[in-house]
Amino acid sequence: MTETSYAQALNDAIREEMRRHPLVFVLGEDVARMGGLFKVTQNLLEEFGSGRVIDTPISEAAIAGAGVGAALVGARPVIEFQFSDFMTIAIDQIVNHAAKLCYMTNGMVSVPMVIRAPVGSGISLGAQHSQSLESWFVHIPGLKVVMPSTAADAKGLLKSAIRDENPVLFFEHRLLYAQRGNVPDGEHLVPIGVADIKRAGSDITIIATGRTVSLALNAAQQLAQSGVEAEVIDPRTLQPLDTDLICRSVRKTNRLVVVSDAWSICGFSAEVMARVVELCFWDLDAPIQRVCGKNVPMPVATCLQNAVMVSVDDILNACQIVLPPKLFGLN
Amino acid sequence: MDQLDAYRKMLLIRFFEEEIYKLNKLGLLQGTAHLYIGMEAIAVGACTTMLNGDYLTSTHRGHGHGIACGLDTGRMMAEILGRVDGYCGGKGGSMHIADISHGMLGADGIVGGGIPIAVGAAVGSRLKAESSVVLCFFGEGATNQGSFHEGLNFAAVQKLPVVFICENNLWALSASFKEFTAGGSVAARAAGYGIPGARVDGNNVTAVFEAVAVAARRARQGLGPSLLECETYRWEGHSIFTRQDNRPDEEILHWKNRDPIQQYRNKLVETHAYPIQTLLEVEAQVGTQISNAAEYAKNSPMPDPGSALEHVFA
Repeated sequence: MTETSYAQALNDAIREEMRRHPLVFVLGEDVARMGGLFKVTQNLLEEFGSGRVIDTPISEAAIAGAGVGAALVGARPVIEFQFSDFMTIAIDQIVNHAAKLCYMTNGMVSVPMVIRAPVGSGISLGAQHSQSLESWFVHIPGLKVVMPSTAADAKGLLKSAIRDENPVLFFEHRLLYAQRGNVPDGEHLVPIGVADIKRAGSDITIIATGRTVSLALNAAQQLAQSGVEAEVIDPRTLQPLDTDLICRSVRKTNRLVVVSDAWSICGFSAEVMARVVELCFWDLDAPIQRVCGKNVPMPVATCLQNAVMVSVDDILNACQIVLPPKLFGLN
Repeated sequence: MDQLDAYRKMLLIRFFEEEIYKLNKLGLLQGTAHLYIGMEAIAVGACTTMLNGDYLTSTHRGHGHGIACGLDTGRMMAEILGRVDGYCGGKGGSMHIADISHGMLGADGIVGGGIPIAVGAAVGSRLKAESSVVLCFFGEGATNQGSFHEGLNFAAVQKLPVVFICENNLWALSASFKEFTAGGSVAARAAGYGIPGARVDGNNVTAVFEAVAVAARRARQGLGPSLLECETYRWEGHSIFTRQDNRPDEEILHWKNRDPIQQYRNKLVETHAYPIQTLLEVEAQVGTQISNAAEYAKNSPMPDPGSALEHVFA
């Protein structure tokens, strides 16, 4: 194990995959000379040259389309978007082309392309630089959606994403970049589509993604002080979703809270809820609660931002609703 | 350019499209189709420059490009009829025919959608150290999309081997080029990107071939992209679904009198002294090929409904 930052783990993943396969290349705004806005691609230019680490104009539609075209002829692009908000400009290429070409050609072609983008708020960048748009892409057949919460998962999942034959959208919460964690030494791959139990427990299941996983773990720690053992599950991959592991946990705990930085309306949390209701309704002892970003655009002032972002207290409040009063020592 | 082959291919496109028209009248088409009649010289002239390993991206009006780069007319027709033997097993239809083995990266239902993809194919082929050229077809309507600007700028700054071929048929459904495209010239927009731009007679297969050959040679030498505006006209309405056609009758007649195939046939006989008998033989062969293609398509079964759930992922 080596302790490293989430950003460095991503950098290591890209470097290892570029060494492994000569047609893996990096494309995006400021990814080469500057090493990426959040430094995820730093020092790659020096090792691999400007043919494989390519700075582009500010042209998000062309960047995504170039990824599609390059993938069609056999290359393996790893694209960086500086903010997931900017993917809205590239939505045609992602949704109408990348997601559909394999299907429309009956499997004749595939689009092995990774698009990485930071999501979420926390640094007061306002409504156009803070969205958690992952749910949009989960909705589209043909796209895989990945959202790691730890350095080890970030590395292992990005390597798997680069080796995947399909378009993979890889969302990184920007508050995680500086977080440090232990990453297994040597070849470390985390399979796409496999959730992870970040903390085992038997009284309540908390499903959380991205940044909110650490908030859920924090809440679980506080619950433990009152004798409640929460199981915290990180799906890691939003599409395909590891429904089996989620349902196994719910069948054990009979209680569920779903946490997501994304908006609740038609959001990823709604999909998790729907699946649990469809598959484990009779196992539930209480209505499922969701803890999501408030359904407003992200404001800038810190106090306003904090008012709409998910907090540990929000998660504890939701758990209080779901747990029976006798089990919930805080009551 | 093999003259007889160019004539044969243009005729193949014309007969193919006329057959699609008939099949539609019989109620056999699945979905719509955008016919290429009147524009055959562009696809044939341009694709005749292609070398092994070259690529092309096409448009919603893509049958001509597919045929010109060598796709099988039977399988194309089967796809348009939604049959199992079609290029896409009935999932793509007219607007999504592709065949990677011929470098055909796909027709495209989004106007301008193929432009960034062509740019990416050039990035990918450069990475693979191939000397491929990418022919990127689009209509004049696409030149008002953001993808046109983003794609041309990207290709120009990276000096990518792309030949941007605008098929200016003067009408984007009901919107005329004159009314909706500022500046009045697609070719002139090349200056904004510092790349060569030229207007070409899109109804003259030799002129198209020569212009694309120059641009392709330049691209292959690493000198970057070019933009060609091929002036032409579509004889039919926007699509076989579109009943209303705002275009003036005299304009349609004017362009029908400049039929790219008839003009070339006259030239082959008058200037190049081809015996009429030779051309009649080509015409008969093409007629037979299209009849066979239609029979093949009609005899191909419909796909198994279960296949609708396959190939969402590779």
